[in-house]
Amino acid sequence: MAGRVAGRVAGTVAGMAGDDIGRIVVVGASLAGLRAAEKLRQEGFTGTITMIGDEPQEAYDRPPLSKQVLIGRVPPDSTALPWRCAVDAEWRLGTPATGLDLEGRKVRLADGEEVPFDRLLIATGTRARPWAKEVEAELDGVFVLRTSGDAAGLSRKLNAGPRRVLVVGAGFTGSEIASACRERGLEVTVVERGPAPLVGALGGVIGGVAAELQRAHGVDLRGGLTLTALEGDQAGRLRRAHLSDGGTVDADVAVIALGALRNTEWLAGSGLAAGPRGVACDAGCRAFDVNGLVTEDIFVAGDVARAPHPLFGYRFLSLEHWGNAVEQAEIAAHNMVSPGPRRRPHLWVPAFWSAQFGVNIKSVGVPPMGEELVVTQGALSEHRFVAVYGFQGRVIAAVGFDQGRWLEFYQGLIESAAPFPPEFATVDRPPDGRRPVPADFPDPSLPSHGPTVTVSGYAPNERRVTFTPARP
Amino acid sequence: MSSDTLVRQILDYGNRADPYPLYAELRRTPVARQQDGVYAVGTYWEVQRLLHDPRISSDARNRDPRAGGPPLPQEDDRLPPSFIRLDPPEHDRLRRMVNRPFGPPHSPRRIHDMRGELSRIVTGLIDRFPGNGHVDIVDDLAYPFPVTVICKVLGVPHEDEPRFHRWAQAIVAGLDIKPGEDPEERIRVAQAARMELGSYLNDLIEEHRRAPGDDMFSALVTDTGPDGRLPAIDLVVTGVLLLIAGHETTVNLIANGMLTLLRNPVQLKRLREEPGLVVPLVEELLRFEPPVQFVPSRTCLDDIEVAGTVIPKGAPIWLFLAAGNRDPERFQRPDVFDPERRDNQHLGFGSGIHYCFGAPLARLEAQLALTELARRLGDPQLVTDPPPYRTNPVLRGPRHLPVTFADLMD
Repeated sequence: MAGRVAGRVAGTVAGMAGDDIGRIVVVGASLAGLRAAEKLRQEGFTGTITMIGDEPQEAYDRPPLSKQVLIGRVPPDSTALPWRCAVDAEWRLGTPATGLDLEGRKVRLADGEEVPFDRLLIATGTRARPWAKEVEAELDGVFVLRTSGDAAGLSRKLNAGPRRVLVVGAGFTGSEIASACRERGLEVTVVERGPAPLVGALGGVIGGVAAELQRAHGVDLRGGLTLTALEGDQAGRLRRAHLSDGGTVDADVAVIALGALRNTEWLAGSGLAAGPRGVACDAGCRAFDVNGLVTEDIFVAGDVARAPHPLFGYRFLSLEHWGNAVEQAEIAAHNMVSPGPRRRPHLWVPAFWSAQFGVNIKSVGVPPMGEELVVTQGALSEHRFVAVYGFQGRVIAAVGFDQGRWLEFYQGLIESAAPFPPEFATVDRPPDGRRPVPADFPDPSLPSHGPTVTVSGYAPNERRVTFTPARP
Repeated sequence: MSSDTLVRQILDYGNRADPYPLYAELRRTPVARQQDGVYAVGTYWEVQRLLHDPRISSDARNRDPRAGGPPLPQEDDRLPPSFIRLDPPEHDRLRRMVNRPFGPPHSPRRIHDMRGELSRIVTGLIDRFPGNGHVDIVDDLAYPFPVTVICKVLGVPHEDEPRFHRWAQAIVAGLDIKPGEDPEERIRVAQAARMELGSYLNDLIEEHRRAPGDDMFSALVTDTGPDGRLPAIDLVVTGVLLLIAGHETTVNLIANGMLTLLRNPVQLKRLREEPGLVVPLVEELLRFEPPVQFVPSRTCLDDIEVAGTVIPKGAPIWLFLAAGNRDPERFQRPDVFDPERRDNQHLGFGSGIHYCFGAPLARLEAQLALTELARRLGDPQLVTDPPPYRTNPVLRGPRHLPVTFADLMD
């Protein structure tokens, strides 16, 4: 393995990878970036690694920010990610990347510097979608929740004992925030465009259960509504929100939880296939360019990536899942320093968890692909069940409420394309039998807080591609 | 050796000291049907999957008597099954209620806060080791330590130990599996002991209701959680389960641990010098010499295919945790005791919804006992190798572990 060779441009012929790479640059220094850097060193890479991150602090864990941190059990600045090994790297934290020169193999930074690379990993992740009206979003008391800084600010406000907290958007983040507020005894109103919480991720049937949970825990849940305006007092503090039905909610705190935006703007014009849905890459994490050609030296991992998955008809999936970020980063790192035949595909089965209103929610597979669902264990009415999603006669996903220990079995069904509806006997069979019902997902073209798994693109075997002109 | 006699060999007391070659043989056939109708599974991935498979029941009432298998150790009809022998939703409800005063999320500190007290108990027991340098690790530490602890946790007066020790022995004897023996009398005695222990606990719990302390029984009779209050009969049955499990399994973990360390003096020396090593060391012990060797009490609810074999509905299925823990398909150099093993997802506590309820307590007890034994015994030596074993093939461990030592450190 070559060490650093100054100024050398590495050859990137397939099969030669790893032999002549001196400089690896990782843009994005959070979970995926850190795990990739560790993996590079574990694989024996001895060249230079430059880590570029827009946040000033070292990589930290985000899932606790909407859970343990908001209920006050863990301070917002103490969720630093444990390191798996020492990583010898140059850290450029607090300096966002602003551009990519594919031909010159350089990343441009906000401070004007250019960082050359032989291999690049793009792991810039997502950011919270802000409230669209900028002036209103600036009001004191209006938050998004993505960074530890966001969590610190929101925690301070919650500690002060606001009269009411408004949560805008009832996806997983919004629902977890509402849950934490209720645990702290705060009054909460949740406004959701869809008919129920979590509908984008889990569909209307399970969303109905989530709505019952919220109401049982004292949340003032308003479905089918949107926020139209935020109103401040003369000191610039939030005091009231206006809703699409003409109603108002008096609140001192509003958390905008309208899903995530992928951090791809810095790649505009670079020639990579990057856009609002992420950066397209192949199953081995190599980025595609705008012509659909795969690049040899640019890799993608984590929330910003979208890649075809063989278990799901080779559709492109964008996953906002912790486990995916880790696994994809490791695959990308391995492939960056491995010759062609030793490269591995990223075949991770989507999975995520959430804790809200005393219930542990776990999901495997791609629920939004589900046409129908059937409860195989437990009962929806008890808020304790396993529901299986079916797509074209096969099992495509499963979700458990307080039944997480069974999901490994259902993952096996997804991986083996087991028939839907499943007809075997199990423990804890629902008393009302097993009738599949429509999973009731909203039209994916409608804006929502985001489903955490986004299926984009067409299945190659469907052959129903139609030309859709770009909107002006 | 034909695979249909393998399980008989494993049950044979003559093989108790080293069943691992038999487990290796068992793994050659991932699903081995025995002559008596039992399906034995010993490969890691198959065992692991079946522990998470909702088509597998823990409730013996789902057994098809025509499917064969040895008579299951029946629990007494007059007492309902404990949650270890139940499926959801009953299992989930009972376990959730019993967990409320025991662990997170409701009682995250119960075990943690006992660390100091547990340390003092270990120290006291080792202080009393005989001055002549001969000690039985089982009778002098591995047994009395967890019994003292489980009594404290539950709220059972320690001076009653001789009474319930007799019942516990009879109950555990009832769980024994001896090929070719008619177990009827043994099971009858066990059921009688269970009734007596139950009635003892019933009176005890009544006292806690009148004068509650900060133990689990007091919490369970006074506290009303989201599921309501645990019915008295379930509390008694659970009490029997926890008392038995709490002192018939950890004793093996500690005794197997000391035996393993004495057979691996390099690791014993390392533990003495780096006490922090005890955390991964106990995990490796749970893999290498698990205190519960197999789960002989599951039943298929449907015809299921496992590794190319169809196991029929109603058939008994035995999951060999100890064999899976030594599967070379999962663990590199599986027969080497390596406390620094990475990615050690052993099956020592089981997996799935029946994952050992007392795992955090058992871990802490084994960690404290082994650290102190390593630190305080000067030049400890095994007197006999192998030591005499208990008869039970499931709860496998030394009956006695005679050890000599040169001196006792402070």
